[in-house]
Amino acid sequence: MTENSLPSESVIASPSGVKLAAKLVSSTDTRSPSELPADDVCLKVSDLALFYGSNQSLNEINMRIPRQRVTAVIGPSGCGKSTLIRCFNRMNDLIDGVSITGRIELNGLEIHNQDVDVAQLRRQVGMVFQRPNPFPKSIYENVAYGLRLAGKVPKSELDDRVEWGLKSAALWDEVHDRLNDSALGLSGGQQQRLVIARAIAVEPSVLLLDEPASALDPISTLKIEELIADLKTRYTIVIVTHNMQQAARVSDFTAFLYLGELIEYDATLKIFTNPSERKTEDYVTGRYG
Amino acid sequence: METSERLPQEHRKLFRERMSLGLWFKSGEPWVWLTATAVGTSIVAVLGLIGIIAVKGLAHFWPADVITFEYANELGAQMIAGEVVQSERVPREQFEESGTGRVLDFSGDPTRLMIKSGNRKVNAPDFRWIYAHDITEREKQQELITFERLEWGNAYGTIVELRQDGAAVSATNPWRELNTRIGRVVDLRRQAQVIQNRSIDRINYKLEKLRLKQRKRELQGNFKTSDLDQQREQLNQEYAIKERELNDIGIELDRDEVVIAIAGGRQSVIPLRNIVRAWQPNAMNVFSKFGHYCASIWAFLSEGSREANTEGGVFPALFGTVLMVLLMSVLVTPFGVIAAVYLREYARQGVFVRLIRIAVNNLAGVPSIVYGVFGLGFFVYLVGGTIDSVFFQAAKPAPTFGTPGLIWASLTLALLTVPVVIVSTEEGLTRIPKALREGSLALGATKAETLFKVVLPMASPSILTGIILAIARAAGEVAPLMLVGVVKLAPTLPIDGNFPFLHLDRKFMHLGFHIYDVGFQSPNVDAARPLVFATALLLVIIIIVLNLTAIALRNRLEARYREALN
Repeated sequence: MTENSLPSESVIASPSGVKLAAKLVSSTDTRSPSELPADDVCLKVSDLALFYGSNQSLNEINMRIPRQRVTAVIGPSGCGKSTLIRCFNRMNDLIDGVSITGRIELNGLEIHNQDVDVAQLRRQVGMVFQRPNPFPKSIYENVAYGLRLAGKVPKSELDDRVEWGLKSAALWDEVHDRLNDSALGLSGGQQQRLVIARAIAVEPSVLLLDEPASALDPISTLKIEELIADLKTRYTIVIVTHNMQQAARVSDFTAFLYLGELIEYDATLKIFTNPSERKTEDYVTGRYG
Repeated sequence: METSERLPQEHRKLFRERMSLGLWFKSGEPWVWLTATAVGTSIVAVLGLIGIIAVKGLAHFWPADVITFEYANELGAQMIAGEVVQSERVPREQFEESGTGRVLDFSGDPTRLMIKSGNRKVNAPDFRWIYAHDITEREKQQELITFERLEWGNAYGTIVELRQDGAAVSATNPWRELNTRIGRVVDLRRQAQVIQNRSIDRINYKLEKLRLKQRKRELQGNFKTSDLDQQREQLNQEYAIKERELNDIGIELDRDEVVIAIAGGRQSVIPLRNIVRAWQPNAMNVFSKFGHYCASIWAFLSEGSREANTEGGVFPALFGTVLMVLLMSVLVTPFGVIAAVYLREYARQGVFVRLIRIAVNNLAGVPSIVYGVFGLGFFVYLVGGTIDSVFFQAAKPAPTFGTPGLIWASLTLALLTVPVVIVSTEEGLTRIPKALREGSLALGATKAETLFKVVLPMASPSILTGIILAIARAAGEVAPLMLVGVVKLAPTLPIDGNFPFLHLDRKFMHLGFHIYDVGFQSPNVDAARPLVFATALLLVIIIIVLNLTAIALRNRLEARYREALN
């Protein structure tokens, strides 16, 4: 992504917008996810359906989420984007009356199996929420939180890991001299990067980002997007976003969800330039949503 | 013509006035006044209450002048010396019908003064009313001395002579000589106290332990006593030595006496061992009076009570109150917090949980004496009785825990206050944002880890609020305590130097009960009245201090978590 590409965002909704959007797409992946070799698949979702009581929120979702790539989930409000990614670390277990059918495999292992430790699963599948939610503790303690949960870690190792986490989240330079200050004193964008640092400090293999930049200003958004580009070399990233330019800019693959159904899932370039489904085209060109 | 013109004008004026009144009501102005008045009244009531208690309670410690009155009434000319405690007007009719047969030679109501003349046993009663119009002479004698005595209250008089071993002592300055000798007595008394507390009480405690040990063996069918007898022998020897020391001090204490002349011509002999302090109030200037005042307040706070609680200090009651409240807080906090955590975090929200919540709220409205009865029946007789028969078989038939005591009083009050802690903890738990819980869970924390590391610390200000309310309620509670542990006079404090140091089974004294006892159960109401106010003031101050401490702590915690909660 370059500075020049920013002004074109305003014209994406025009009839020629599809073509312009293509300029935003940074990814060079053109393969369809279904063509990926099995080794490259990190999360495999098969026939996933989810019910809130008797309301069906997700229907027949089948996805292969590739390793060390950014997969964006887009769609209008209430289509089940967040619900979908919350299945991947079983956060939906916390909600009363939710029932799930189908399979989700993480590196070939079914996550709903009886012998899966949910806490262990969530350490492997980190999550960042829409609004920054740092704990009312110091910056250091926030990053060390997950590490301490995993077991007793020597102080020196803890220091190293906290530093590494903060550096990975591109926050170290801003906070290294005030690690013991309250995390609540940071700006919104810093808080969100702190939360990302907190999530990656435990070294997950998957990072779920639930609209990570929607509560932030443009500069902070930019920083988060740059961070995502950095992080994808190490982690499999799934990002939910309302912002189509953002999806275009950061992702390699894009899934379009509509009313709980997966309408289309393909390489980002294809989704934004030549979608196969009418609904997808209408959505990415801004005809509804 | 004139009236018809004036009428509409008047109507209009009336209408305007009504309108403006209506507008005034509509504007909400009266509502502001009403609310402000309510707040103002409450403030005045609270300040007035504390003010009256403070004035009446604190005045008691000021060394009042001792005035010698000469007066003549239907019984003839009399003389009395004492402190003026109170002055009031008596309705003229009441005076005239009181049967003295005397007529007043002035108009208006006569005034009478209450004089604390002390010297109980010599000229009873020690409080006396005299009419102001009967007084022929008042005088402040510089050399009049007030004696505070261990027994029989104050004595007022002038020194006639000092005696040592029954023989008069010649002294150029008898007042100074008296003070030196009182100083000696005070020292001796302190020595005796030390021997009593540090040695004799300890030996007695050990002897009792030995007795229980032996009894336990007997119950187990083991009649070997040689080792115990040996220990007992040793303790008895120690005891004999200490007792002899105590006797020697007693003889020393009995050495001196002072003979005083009492207004009216009689004399009285006061053994010096019976004197706490002596001062010449009429000869003191403001500064020495102030010094005396502070010393009196300190004595009130630091000494035990005497004379059926009508004299001396309130230290044991102060100690008992604070200890009981602290113990209650320690018991109620985990109990209330755990219950709230279950109700809010783990229990499935539904009709049943709502019913439990209603029941908990209603518990707060049960009259406290009911808790007292429950505490006596359940804690003291059932739990305590069971503990006794399981662990303290040897002490039977004397109960150890099966009798009212500190632990049962604290538990009963903990039960009484647990609803407030539950309610405010629950409120705190609901205020924790879902985002923070999810943030913790998403990092691989279990529900319990999230609870302990994120939720409970953030709910701590609310928990403290609950504890504040609990303390405020428990510290002022008297009724249930009378059933489960508070006594008029406790021989020992619940904390002392004997293992295990904190004696939960002991009975204790409490300021609230002390007020009731001194005010209403006292044999000498007039002497006790100022102490009622002083004790009440102390109780109010303790509650305020405990509350302020907790509030300060809560505010600090709240400041830390405020941003995260919003």
